[in-house]
Amino acid sequence: MSRPLLEVTGVGKSFPGVRALHDMRLDLRSGEVLALVGENGAGKSTLMKLLSGIHSADSGEFRLRGEPLSVSNPRQALELGISIIHQEFNLVPHLTVAQNIFIGREPRRWRLLLDERRLNTEAGQLLERLRLPLDPKAAVGSLTVANQQMTEIAKALAHDPVVLIMDEPTAALNDAEVETLHGLIRRFVGDGTGAIYISHRMEEIRRIADRVTVIRDGEYMDTLRVSSASTDRIISLMVGRAIDTSAQPANVRADRDVVLEARGLRTTLLTDVGFDLRHGEILGFAGLMGAGRTEVGRALVGADPLTSGSIVLHGEPVRIPNPAVAARHGIGYLSEDRKRFGLLLEQDVKANITLACLRERFATAGFVNDGAARAKAQEYLGTLRIKTPSLDQITKHLSGGNQQKVVIAKWLAKDCDILIFDEPTRGIDVGAKEEIYQLLNELAGRGKSIIMISSELPEILRMAHRVVVMSEGRVTRILSNNEATQENIMHYATLRPDRNAEDAAELGISDVHTGHSRKAGQP
Amino acid sequence: MTAVKTAGESGFAGVVKSRLQQLLAFASLIVIYAFFSFASPFFFTYGNFTAILFSAVVIGTLAIGTTFVIIAGGIDLSIGTGMALCAVMSGVFLVKLGLPLAVGVPAAILFGGLIGLINGINVALLKIPPFIATLAMMLVAEGLALVLSDSTPIYFNDVEGYVEISTGNLISGVNFPNAVLVLLVVALIAGGLLTKSVLGRYTYSIGSNEEATALSGINVRKWKIAIYAFAGLFIGLAGVMISARLGSAQPATGMGYELQAIAAVVIGGTSLSGGKGSIVGTLIGALIISVLNNGLQIMSIPQEWQNVILGCVILVAVYTDRIRKKEA
Repeated sequence: MSRPLLEVTGVGKSFPGVRALHDMRLDLRSGEVLALVGENGAGKSTLMKLLSGIHSADSGEFRLRGEPLSVSNPRQALELGISIIHQEFNLVPHLTVAQNIFIGREPRRWRLLLDERRLNTEAGQLLERLRLPLDPKAAVGSLTVANQQMTEIAKALAHDPVVLIMDEPTAALNDAEVETLHGLIRRFVGDGTGAIYISHRMEEIRRIADRVTVIRDGEYMDTLRVSSASTDRIISLMVGRAIDTSAQPANVRADRDVVLEARGLRTTLLTDVGFDLRHGEILGFAGLMGAGRTEVGRALVGADPLTSGSIVLHGEPVRIPNPAVAARHGIGYLSEDRKRFGLLLEQDVKANITLACLRERFATAGFVNDGAARAKAQEYLGTLRIKTPSLDQITKHLSGGNQQKVVIAKWLAKDCDILIFDEPTRGIDVGAKEEIYQLLNELAGRGKSIIMISSELPEILRMAHRVVVMSEGRVTRILSNNEATQENIMHYATLRPDRNAEDAAELGISDVHTGHSRKAGQP
Repeated sequence: MTAVKTAGESGFAGVVKSRLQQLLAFASLIVIYAFFSFASPFFFTYGNFTAILFSAVVIGTLAIGTTFVIIAGGIDLSIGTGMALCAVMSGVFLVKLGLPLAVGVPAAILFGGLIGLINGINVALLKIPPFIATLAMMLVAEGLALVLSDSTPIYFNDVEGYVEISTGNLISGVNFPNAVLVLLVVALIAGGLLTKSVLGRYTYSIGSNEEATALSGINVRKWKIAIYAFAGLFIGLAGVMISARLGSAQPATGMGYELQAIAAVVIGGTSLSGGKGSIVGTLIGALIISVLNNGLQIMSIPQEWQNVILGCVILVAVYTDRIRKKEA
């Protein structure tokens, strides 16, 4: 066997109080895509940070093409041929695609002046070579999330790297875009180059990777050939136990009372959205990025203003101008971006759980009754199985799954009957996902009505009693549990009535504005 | 990690860690105090001790109100000139209109609340960034103070009992100025409100994550206005305290106090990005500034150099806080 392109042996790294990596191993061969999988906190990000020189290892060795490799800062990593695409974008929204691609090494004239023309030409050539349909002069902030991701990738490849490392590169991409990305990776990988692909999505790993290295709790588990390893085997290596992946929605019944009716909702991004939500039901919302699913959630709680349409709650029409009113009506919204919209990361668990209900439940004459608040929060630690050393733990130190449970506890404490989950398991590892699913089923079983917005079809199929499929800001179909199949959902999710007359006809829509362009939905 | 990254701090070590910035600030206060005590024979006396506390009153009062605003993720630049305006208003109420003390003083304090209320409305409803909204208010207050007083000081000579609000001794026989008692009482009240009241909790919540707080069903706009208005009461109180101490309302003396007060808040460990801070820290910060001002004066260091040193102290204080956070 030939010498590996990149070799990691016996690498250890500790932070105060945490052993992030211990005796880590990994080898990337020339011409291959190596998938790296592990639960959140397994040590993937730490390994990336060591490779990009953000941290330095306590022990162990890195070799690139057999030569010892020591990286002390990200710039040096790039010069040595290691390009890393982090999960969070490192783009400057106000600069153009070209400016972002060449940031820090812009072509100059007379050493001082920027050569904007050469910058744009070179970026244009690069994009053409990569077959990316991006305008070098477009401001990155105006691009869709998917195109921003592509810009990030072009930026990484502009350095002509030997090793390309990608951390969850497809989190914001739909299937077609994932395919574009995979094409790029396949063209990049060749003699003398290789890619490391970090992902949670097993189907993608199956499509793109040759081998998969599994790590757990900062330790190397095993490296398997993707073609011969079953998904269950990989997952059980990751989480240390077997997980049932064939579960079905629970308690599906058609005879439930309607709790909430949405009629003809319109916002700047939604057109005539209507559906019913029933008592004790999990209503799935499926669709591609930018289909308007998140916007439905935001419109229901008054976070985005309705231009027309009505919401009927328990038979009474209600007006919901802002989230405070929604909360008073018992509607809670759990954002896909928990850290930004859901949690007070720097505050303790107790403060987060009691945030929404503080005033009506735990305050007398403007003062907080701490004992009662603490007791109630403690109760939720038990019922929701939140793993935290104490109520006083700062929330950012919890894992993604436990953070999500803290947000759920917040809304349960507020006595919400309707819970809107936007991507309930985003950024949550496989083991904890299953627990969130159980929790959702329990909540529905107790009579809570749940709207579950998800980009993961398996999740929709596994959980939803009925599925609302959306495309371009419209509801294209509401499928019952029996009708909901992967193919069916994808069919209705990809109808584009605004651009395609046939699709419009299929949906019975006549008032279509042709040539109407839409921005992708904001996260 | 599936479960939890760091173990929860408990017991003494936990208290030390969570209060480290305050303990550090307190330790530096002791060190600075000890330094001046050795450096000058005139520093370590009871008279000078009360003088330091006395001078901490105005900065401390302003800083306590500002602590709320800064923890909520805002800033208030209008507190210095706002204080001068409230002092002038106190003169208008008590001297020009001849209102009784029991009406005029609360009215002056409420006028501070009004300044804060307007700041709050500008920030929360009109969505003007706090820096700009309160910068504008700083100029408005400065101008109004001069206009309302015809640019001349208003003397409280004929208002019986006014000066005693600051310089009198409520505890008879002990030389402990009322002003210091006032500061301690308001600090206790503010500390209680910050840690125990709904207003205090929402102050932290809004500063930690305004959007998440709003999506949790809390009327953030209303609470932000309340926070600024509440902090405004301290502007009014500071106006009363400074004019009582001087025996006159000086319309042009406010400028510069806002920076000293903000410095006190920051030295006390409150994060300018919001979500963190305490009244105890702010009090220590105000004392550090007063001790420095007083000590440097006693050592006959020129005013210009005093500012240089104060600037450096702020940098060191914030830098140690950053280092500590990086290590944690």
